[in-house]
Amino acid sequence: MSNIQFTGLSEINGPLIALDHVPEVSYEEMVEIVLDDGSSRFGRVVQIEGEKAIVQVFEGTTGISLHNTRTRFLGHPMQIPLSTELLGRVFSGSGTPIDGLGDVYAERYGDVNGRPLNPVSRTYPRNYINTGISTIDCMTTLIRGQKLPIFSGSGMSHNKLAVQIVRQAQITGEEDAKFCVIFAAMGVTNDVAEYFRRSFEQSGVMSRVVMFLNLSNDPIIERILTPKCALTAAEYLAFEHDMHVLVILTDITSYCEALREFSSSKGEIPGRKGYPGYLYSDLASLYERAGIVKGRKGSVTQIPILTMPNDDITHPVPDLTGYITEGQIVLDRSLEQSGCYPPIGVLPSLSRLMKDGVGAGYTREDHSAVTNQLFASYAKVQDARALASVIGEEELSKVDRMYMEFGRMFEKFFVSQGVNENRTIEQTLDLGWRLLSLLPMEELDRVDNAILKQHYVGNAAESFREAE
Amino acid sequence: MNQNVIYSINGPVVTVKDTADFTMMEMVYVGEKHLIGEVISITTKATTIQVYEETTGLRPGEPVEPTGMPLCATLGPGIIRNIFDGIERPLKDIAAISGHFIAEGSNVPSLDPNQKWQVTLKVKAGDTVTGGQIYATCPETPVVEHRCMVPPDLSGTISWTAPDGEYTVNDVVAKLTDKKGVEHSLTLCQRWPIRQPRPVQRRLPISRPLITGQRVIDTLFPIAKGGTAAVPGGFGTGKTMTQHQIAKWCDADIIVYVGCGERGNEMTQVLEEFSELIDPRTQKPLTDRTVLIANTSNMPVAAREASIYTGVTLAEYYRDMGYHVAVMADSTSRWAEALREISGRLEEMPAEEGFPAYLPSRISQFYERAGYMLTKCDKEGSVSIIGAVSPQGADFSEPVTQNTKRFVRCFWALDKNLAYARHYAAINWNLSYSEYLDDLADWYDREVNPQFIEYRRQITALLGEESQLMEIVKLIGADVLPDYQKLVLEVAKLIRVGFLQQNAFHKDDTYVPMPKQFRMMEVILYLYKKALPLVNSGVPVTFISETGLFDTIVKMKYEVPNDHMELFDHYFTEIDEKLSKLAR
Repeated sequence: MSNIQFTGLSEINGPLIALDHVPEVSYEEMVEIVLDDGSSRFGRVVQIEGEKAIVQVFEGTTGISLHNTRTRFLGHPMQIPLSTELLGRVFSGSGTPIDGLGDVYAERYGDVNGRPLNPVSRTYPRNYINTGISTIDCMTTLIRGQKLPIFSGSGMSHNKLAVQIVRQAQITGEEDAKFCVIFAAMGVTNDVAEYFRRSFEQSGVMSRVVMFLNLSNDPIIERILTPKCALTAAEYLAFEHDMHVLVILTDITSYCEALREFSSSKGEIPGRKGYPGYLYSDLASLYERAGIVKGRKGSVTQIPILTMPNDDITHPVPDLTGYITEGQIVLDRSLEQSGCYPPIGVLPSLSRLMKDGVGAGYTREDHSAVTNQLFASYAKVQDARALASVIGEEELSKVDRMYMEFGRMFEKFFVSQGVNENRTIEQTLDLGWRLLSLLPMEELDRVDNAILKQHYVGNAAESFREAE
Repeated sequence: MNQNVIYSINGPVVTVKDTADFTMMEMVYVGEKHLIGEVISITTKATTIQVYEETTGLRPGEPVEPTGMPLCATLGPGIIRNIFDGIERPLKDIAAISGHFIAEGSNVPSLDPNQKWQVTLKVKAGDTVTGGQIYATCPETPVVEHRCMVPPDLSGTISWTAPDGEYTVNDVVAKLTDKKGVEHSLTLCQRWPIRQPRPVQRRLPISRPLITGQRVIDTLFPIAKGGTAAVPGGFGTGKTMTQHQIAKWCDADIIVYVGCGERGNEMTQVLEEFSELIDPRTQKPLTDRTVLIANTSNMPVAAREASIYTGVTLAEYYRDMGYHVAVMADSTSRWAEALREISGRLEEMPAEEGFPAYLPSRISQFYERAGYMLTKCDKEGSVSIIGAVSPQGADFSEPVTQNTKRFVRCFWALDKNLAYARHYAAINWNLSYSEYLDDLADWYDREVNPQFIEYRRQITALLGEESQLMEIVKLIGADVLPDYQKLVLEVAKLIRVGFLQQNAFHKDDTYVPMPKQFRMMEVILYLYKKALPLVNSGVPVTFISETGLFDTIVKMKYEVPNDHMELFDHYFTEIDEKLSKLAR
């Protein structure tokens, strides 16, 4: 660490400051800026040209002039303290404790940028996480080490769903598995952060939660660091302390907007919708930090939450996210409005890793059969509905009317479930078969005859009528 | 000589001031950690270098060393079965040095310098050899014989050869004296600049298909050996799935799979799955014919740009030995984005959507490296390129898809709605095309059946008719259609579900040989041919549905094993029997 301090700046522009005549600066080095009033801020070097360095100030440049600063280069990239004492603590977006419990005693310091995980050192994720939510467990199974985002929109119940997942998530199969949650808030409101904190406390999981909060009124540049800090902590707990870590990142859209602001203040050439050209690489450097490392017991599973502006799934943020993550859970506004919770739009949702993590030995041997058939049949419901909206439901053929009925029951009994309802995988799969039995056997063309005969229920329609 | 030092750093772009020591596209070592970089622009004031590794921690004033060579791939035995990063560094060896996470400056040789190969010399002292001629061979894997070739720019007389035996890649096995009397040592490996196509004698006309075992591809939209295809589709439509299926089952001798800016877990899956799967033609694990290049999305962006060139260079090297090579590039959009990112850092004037103006020329240069060639050692070999495209917002009008479309002759458009309904392969039959059909018609006549092309035409005609009828059905329902049109809908549904849709997880259906594809078409068209006169004579379509024939035929893909073609016969008798009852 160098003790040389540089007084004054040569340029200030948005969150960026420039210093001239600073030799021996390294790229991405941390910088401490002390103002004349004694307060200090941190930043990092984002560009170097000869002896001129451009520094991004995390806390913003308000109150900084060309003369009132003393700047010190710390000689290392951005780091946060790591230790198992992180559990139960609350930090700011740049990793400073904000719960009044003092500093964390560091076992070691970790570079927040992380390093790419070598593909040959990955273990392919195979074991599932039971969330107790039918649509997720059956249709888009969450696998340990997966990154599975929730695509939502403003005003939809993504937060409620995330809390329910955290509360109900169970690692099946291993008794001594240690489980913890890392919650990173980027640009969410105080209310939302408070909702998460309260929910964690009420369900008694707070002692295994680490929170990194960058709220909507916090500095924007700090927001760019928030997920990096959170994931550095997650990797540490998972790969050095054998924990199964579930990382919730919300809201990715705010993160991307912060990145856009930073990029434009640097004068970079914008790509689509003003987002920087490297948005894909930047998001990938976050999402790809999920996974399992060979020879280690722990895993990092990510559930990033993003709100699609105007519910547009082709907006760059959901679009690029979908290309990197291993599937997506898409919330559907029309389901939400019809009072269905969780409002998961089944057809556009997908879990890419589920094919290897379900079936005999993990869930049940008929899992993929029932899933495929539910997807195919529910897709036909959409056709029948489209037709019904034109010619009226009475004019539909007999089979199409059966599909309409199947669709209604599927949404009412399968997709919908209580906030505290925790269904076992057996319950979910049996329910799936009972729903499929509302359709004639010859319509179920995705299933082997043998499996079909074993699970087809004769009097399905009656049992649902009773339930209604 | 003044030492060259770093002047400025901006992401992966580094400049050196006031120097004339570098040449364009030269490979350089940057900084004290010896990061690998490449010179991408030179002015009298500054030389710009793109660095293939993370630049965090780099300082101005650190040295930059020229190597005098462009960025090269090392070509020799040990490539197959290996997994490399974008600039041909073996990831397993990097893991051995730097642990599970990739550290900067891990310089390891591309090919294992200690492994011994059982080499057989094919030339003797006094032989005159020319560039591309084979001078030694060694078994690389149980299914691939590695053929060491004289570098293309070299010719002369062999002055010395080593005896047959075990050698490492860097051992000299022969010496060659060129016309000027200069002696060159030939080892088992050679180097070749990745951005330069390897020379051949000449291009040969396209004449053979690349059989993939996927019905929608082989029958409807075939790709030729030496051909190019693009697989565009939004996320979740099954690009990677399609690429994996082709990589597993296509009848190429060697597969080069380039994971360019994609997911790490996917590469792990390929590694695991391919070592377990058995190639139906050789009865050996699929890894014995596969090379993986993995530059995942979180690995440095400049190496991503280089990865597809590395992949195609390795492919050309094996083609020169006389093999048929298929290159899977997943995905070329990520490569184009890497171009855009670097171009942005250089502050070049952007064209469409921020992509640089040279995007189309780069795309065409890449796809033009495919072809069916007569190699310099008088063998036939081919490089086929199948590139996935990930259009932003699944919008096919974006620049990468549009420019790719201009340079490929086979276009397999993946459809979101098919994918949502879990219809694999989600290749939309109305948007896709293949220009190779005419070139391949002779082959299908000869090798499959003279009726094949005609049957294919009938199948596409039925599908086309269906999509027109569906416009009407969407508006007023199917009930108003006359019965012969309802029959078209039923048969088209049979084609969609019973023929085009394929189950990648079913042991027989995951790969279907051509004879079975042909027989399946034959059964479906036979049913249509027999049912049409009945319907025209007044038998309602519902009567035909009630015979259960549609339901039986839909499942024939599962019921008939791939090696029991005779089992198809009873479908014809069943159709005859059941329909003759209706006629009465």
